[in-house]
Amino acid sequence: MRKRILAVFLAVAALVCSLSACGGTTPKTPAPSDETTPSSGPTHANELTVGIAQDLDDSLDPYQMTAAGTREVMFNVFEGLVKPDSDGNYVNAVASDHTVSEDGLTYTFTLRDGVVFHNGATCTPDDVLYSFETCAATTITQDVATALSAVQNMGVDGNQITMTLKAPNTDFLSYVASVYIVPADYAEQVTQPVGTGPFKFVSRSVQENVILEKHEAYYGEPAHLDKVTYKIYADATAMFTALDSGALDLMAHLTIDQVNNLSNGYQVLEGTMNLVQAIYLNHAVAPFDNEKVRQALCYAVDVDAMLALTAGGHGTKVGSSMYPAFGKYFDPALANAYPHDVEKAKALLAEAGYGDGFAFTITVPSNYQPHVDAAVVLAEQLKEIGVTAEIQKVDWNTWVNDVYGGRQFEATVVGFDSSTINASGMLARWVSDDGKNMINYNNADYDAAYAAAQTAVDDAEQTALYKQCLQILSDTAANVYLQDLADFVAMRPDLKGFEFYPLYVIDVAKLYFAE
Amino acid sequence: MKKTRNSFFYIGGALSLVMTLLILVGYIWTPYSPTQMDAAAINQAPTLSHLLGTDNFGRDIFSRVLEGAGTSFLIAVCVVAIGCICGILIGSLCGYYGGIADAILTRLCDSITAFPSVLLALVVVSIMGPGTYNIILALGLLFIPSFARIVRGEFARCRDLNYIQSAKLMGVGNARILFRHILPNTRSVLLPTITIGFNNAILSEASMSFLGLGIQPPHASLGSMLSDSQTYLGSAPWYAIGVGGTIVLLILGFSLLGEGLQQRARRT
Repeated sequence: MRKRILAVFLAVAALVCSLSACGGTTPKTPAPSDETTPSSGPTHANELTVGIAQDLDDSLDPYQMTAAGTREVMFNVFEGLVKPDSDGNYVNAVASDHTVSEDGLTYTFTLRDGVVFHNGATCTPDDVLYSFETCAATTITQDVATALSAVQNMGVDGNQITMTLKAPNTDFLSYVASVYIVPADYAEQVTQPVGTGPFKFVSRSVQENVILEKHEAYYGEPAHLDKVTYKIYADATAMFTALDSGALDLMAHLTIDQVNNLSNGYQVLEGTMNLVQAIYLNHAVAPFDNEKVRQALCYAVDVDAMLALTAGGHGTKVGSSMYPAFGKYFDPALANAYPHDVEKAKALLAEAGYGDGFAFTITVPSNYQPHVDAAVVLAEQLKEIGVTAEIQKVDWNTWVNDVYGGRQFEATVVGFDSSTINASGMLARWVSDDGKNMINYNNADYDAAYAAAQTAVDDAEQTALYKQCLQILSDTAANVYLQDLADFVAMRPDLKGFEFYPLYVIDVAKLYFAE
Repeated sequence: MKKTRNSFFYIGGALSLVMTLLILVGYIWTPYSPTQMDAAAINQAPTLSHLLGTDNFGRDIFSRVLEGAGTSFLIAVCVVAIGCICGILIGSLCGYYGGIADAILTRLCDSITAFPSVLLALVVVSIMGPGTYNIILALGLLFIPSFARIVRGEFARCRDLNYIQSAKLMGVGNARILFRHILPNTRSVLLPTITIGFNNAILSEASMSFLGLGIQPPHASLGSMLSDSQTYLGSAPWYAIGVGGTIVLLILGFSLLGEGLQQRARRT
């Protein structure tokens, strides 16, 4: 009898244990055996394993990439004539020199000698022309397409490429950086992308990994590492477990909790993520078509309290669609435009006819813990003004298809970043007819200010107009703006050379193992 | 007959009673609001004011365990009710009448049982979307075969027994034979099945919430809390222990009760 009691108890305990073990089932491939002991000497063979939260399933084609996570990886594969450095400046890449005429209309690029594509072909001026034409015709990034359509004339003279613009555009160089140079008439970019970057693309296994290898014939300072494997983890806990066990050498975008729980002696670096996390509200859906309701939500949300709850106080308030690393446009005053004020929020709701509150659903991608955490805190804070927020966690694919692509949502918590280091990267998407205007924002003043900024010749005038755009977004409470997340990177103690960029990228070419 | 101690029944019954009472209290009152956050009390160890400590948002784990266990309990009751009622209907008709319909339904039940129920429920939920009602529906449907098979077996056994034959000869209606004469005699098999099914339902719900397809935050669920607590296993072990312990006690209680009921039925 006693033995049977014990047996039943053990059986139940085993059931519960097997339940807790479920969390470890996501990584299908076991950790590489040579990397299970991170601090036991140089057993890494100059290879790096990086954990990433999403598959590169939007597209590998350089002009079709949309997801920040995809660009984060492919930054190491593709380059433009110029490319951004870690300070946000544009430095020569495939071009060895570039000059701008006095009137700001003519850009002259000198093609660098000895630039070799990953497939072994040498880069010629024809490849550059082909890249610009293909990009202009097919790019999914509308602001790049717009900028390129303003190129009146492209001429080649020896290794000099000259572009003449219809009107001056002070952001033009940032768009040139988005035109990745690819070999002419190479048709397999979608499956086997070829560029000129320090790393070449080797393979991608769906939901499993992406492998890059050092591009031996790189013209610049070659990469230090021979091979980089990006392992994909749909589950944040599984990725952290892999990191802590030493199966991953580097993982970016850790939460503060994960940093506090890291127990394997990895070094932790702190930067900002360079994105704008907000509750993005679908303006096509009631009651978010009502400006007063949106403002009420802004007043109801206490961002400082949220930072204290979710990130131990780390993170920077933004207040509009611009992150602090963009010092030129970022206006710290906007971050406090809607101080926490429950009474005012309730009054605004009452004015809007929702005095009794309302209920809505926040759709949030489950693979990004910071967004899920923010949604949980939001739901609690909104209760104070009688608004009930239900949370629906969806996987990343569903989010991209239904929320981002299909605009089938009421509210969502995500972060938007910029693909180019200029203001339009953040602001173009809120123009009423923009293809990426997920929230269906429609404001004539905003459209006018943005259009004026796009054509402004004078840099000061342009900056003022962009700031005006940001002001309009804040005034109309386009979204409930939260923060630029603190970005923690954890990596092996012997790994050196990590640099934070004002873009959402990891430059693996600069990483190296200390001897 | 000499009265022997049925310790399974008493221990299990006491444990189940305590857990059920706690859950019932939790429906009406919890020490704190299960979603009330406090930045000053993040990941605190158990104290007198927070019996099981606080979680990563400074929420009282005990209150959340009460809410989560309540939700799991409610779901399990509904799931077992759906499974049991439909299972009895299908099983009794199949077992009593037999024939082609019986063969088809039995094979159908067998093929459903061939898949792990949580896996099938996950498929159903990913199609219909998460949410309490969808989980109840998904798990409820998947629990039907296990009840139907057992009930069918009992009815098929009883149908040819003398007292049923006699009842038939006396002209007793089919419905009365089915549910007045046979059903009470399946008690000894049905009761343990219900308690085991109840445990499975609690575990299935917890598994689904653990995988993120069950109860959605900020609502508490034992499974999702267990999943959240993993991150803090090193720094705040009481989180996982409190939640895991609750699941163990809840299931242990009903398992022992089921075992006890089985023994009791065997004796009388």
